[in-house]
Amino acid sequence: MARKQGAAAEARAPATDLPAERLLGMYRTMVTTRAVDERMWLLQRQGAIAFTIPCKGQEAAQIGAVAAFDPSRDWFYPYYRDVGVMLSLGMTPRDVFLGGFGKFDDPESGGRQMPYHWSLPKARVVTGSSPVATQIPHAAGTGMALQLKGEDGVVFCSFGEGSTSKGDFHEGVNFAAVRKAPVIFFCENNQYAISEGLEKQMAVRSVAERAAAYGIPGESVDGNDVFATYAVVRRAVERARAGDGPTLVEARTYRLMAHSSGDDDRNYRTREEIAEWAKKDPIQLFKEQLIRQGVLDEARAQALSAEVADEVDAATDAAEQAPWPEVADATRFVYAEGGNGRGR
Amino acid sequence: MAASQSTAVAVKPKSNLEAVREAMREEMARDPRVILMGEDVGVRGGVFQASAGLYDQFGNKRVIDTPLAESVIVGAAIGAAVAGLRPIAEIQFADFSHPAFDQIVNEAARVRYRSRNGWGCPLVIRAPFGGGVHGGLYHSQSVEAFYAHVPGLKVVAPSTPGDMKGLLKSAIRDDDPVVFFEHKGIYGGPREVIPEGDHLVPIGKADVKRPGEHVSVIAYGLMLHRCLQAAEDLAGEGISVEVLDLRTLRPLDTEAILATARKTGRVCVVYEDNKALGVGAEVSALIAEQALFDLDAPIMRVAGPEVPAMPYAPPLEEWFMPSAEGIAEALRHLATF
Repeated sequence: MARKQGAAAEARAPATDLPAERLLGMYRTMVTTRAVDERMWLLQRQGAIAFTIPCKGQEAAQIGAVAAFDPSRDWFYPYYRDVGVMLSLGMTPRDVFLGGFGKFDDPESGGRQMPYHWSLPKARVVTGSSPVATQIPHAAGTGMALQLKGEDGVVFCSFGEGSTSKGDFHEGVNFAAVRKAPVIFFCENNQYAISEGLEKQMAVRSVAERAAAYGIPGESVDGNDVFATYAVVRRAVERARAGDGPTLVEARTYRLMAHSSGDDDRNYRTREEIAEWAKKDPIQLFKEQLIRQGVLDEARAQALSAEVADEVDAATDAAEQAPWPEVADATRFVYAEGGNGRGR
Repeated sequence: MAASQSTAVAVKPKSNLEAVREAMREEMARDPRVILMGEDVGVRGGVFQASAGLYDQFGNKRVIDTPLAESVIVGAAIGAAVAGLRPIAEIQFADFSHPAFDQIVNEAARVRYRSRNGWGCPLVIRAPFGGGVHGGLYHSQSVEAFYAHVPGLKVVAPSTPGDMKGLLKSAIRDDDPVVFFEHKGIYGGPREVIPEGDHLVPIGKADVKRPGEHVSVIAYGLMLHRCLQAAEDLAGEGISVEVLDLRTLRPLDTEAILATARKTGRVCVVYEDNKALGVGAEVSALIAEQALFDLDAPIMRVAGPEVPAMPYAPPLEEWFMPSAEGIAEALRHLATF
């Protein structure tokens, strides 16, 4: 049944309630996400930054999913590849690069965390760590807290399919399911946990099937299609906001780059496989959809890409010139220093 | 004795278990953000009855029976804490905190630091610990050294009902994660009269439970009581023992530790955990670094043996745990070194 629901959603796309202006904004965010992510890779290869963990190929899943949430009241537990989620929620390219360099003005951590370890209190994006799936119990707890406080926020919690093998996935999803907590568990199934393909990770055919074990809806959707992803996640958000509990959404997509700047993917997957998926590039697909709908045309797309390239150049420079953290800052905020967090 | 904001005196002596329950009840009544969550804490009132009555008083929204899953008990409490609640997460036995170790150490302890104060994690993790209750390898452990090693956590292990209540109330009000260890061997006694009213004991302050002149013994939890017994026994022999109750293991009360070391010049640290790389090592190193020339004898440690955990059979359990007699023997040796 879950799979049928997903298929139905895909068939309906790209019919959508999203207005043209919003769609253009999402397209721009997608293009910016790609440009930022590629710049991070370049900076790492130049030796300017130490590390990056690319999201190339997953932009539609990220931007389509987060579009279904209400940034004024919802809570977000993104995972490290979610550049598109963060740019959708108000993080700027400069912010991302500040984190890439580890500069003091990095809004996530003041240069303490590795790149792409998101935190943005003003947007209710909660700080995360590197061990995967650890945010899933947190999301369940935040969902429970919103219920207790009588607030109508919904919690976005994303992770890769590798995380669904972990105990914290089971414990967190089960907890949310038992309590009917308003949490959307959004799995960006990019087919690989570093070098390990799906057949080494799970015996089920789809991550969405795992939902049956928790008595919650599980839906699988084409994660390279913004409209399809948005439609499925939006229905899940509506259910959660109505008090009907969590949903597990699997967005089927593909990691076009290596796992991280420290990875070399040449010995575990073929160039042909990557080329096949590159043909389904989510940005190209979204662009074609928008052109068909008359929302975008080629000239406008080119102008937009040029604007984004300039923005990313300027953001890179600004971040590069920003000050480093002082060593004296490293001992601060081990514990509260009066007041409980600048964001709360 | 304990630093209290209260002057009123109640008459009825109370147990450590009652102290825990009273602290939670008072804080939940005072602050609607305080919730209690854990396995069996609701309808059942906790396997030790620490939360008996709270479910009826505060309801199932604030006293939450969770699935049997330690990582999510702590992890969901973290998610509730960042969202503005003040959760108390009960781990049924400290031995079962290991499945939640990642959530406690990698997450709760680092939320504030890694977000550079963007987020805070006001959370209490309560866990009964320690042996002497025929709990075998997995219901007897002293796990405090694991957590006391971690900056970002506060670790508390009171030994008397007044401290238990006052420190738990302080822990619930703290803006940072506190791991709160309750020695299950002293849940029932010894009882003491707890000051009435809003009785608070500050985290990070040790307490001289018995002043003395000749030797200092430093302990916490059940061992504190065995040290008091040993001190009483030695008083008859003319050996005056000062007993310092650490109460908080992180941050350690450096001042109080150095003060007693300088006063007597002879220090023994007693703990139930196995000896190597435990609390005793840190206390000893601190004294060695900062008060070496005030010492008249080598620092001594009386602690558990280097076996993985406490065996179940009564003679083996007795062998594992430092006894009042064993402590007295060590202090006698120290006094005459």
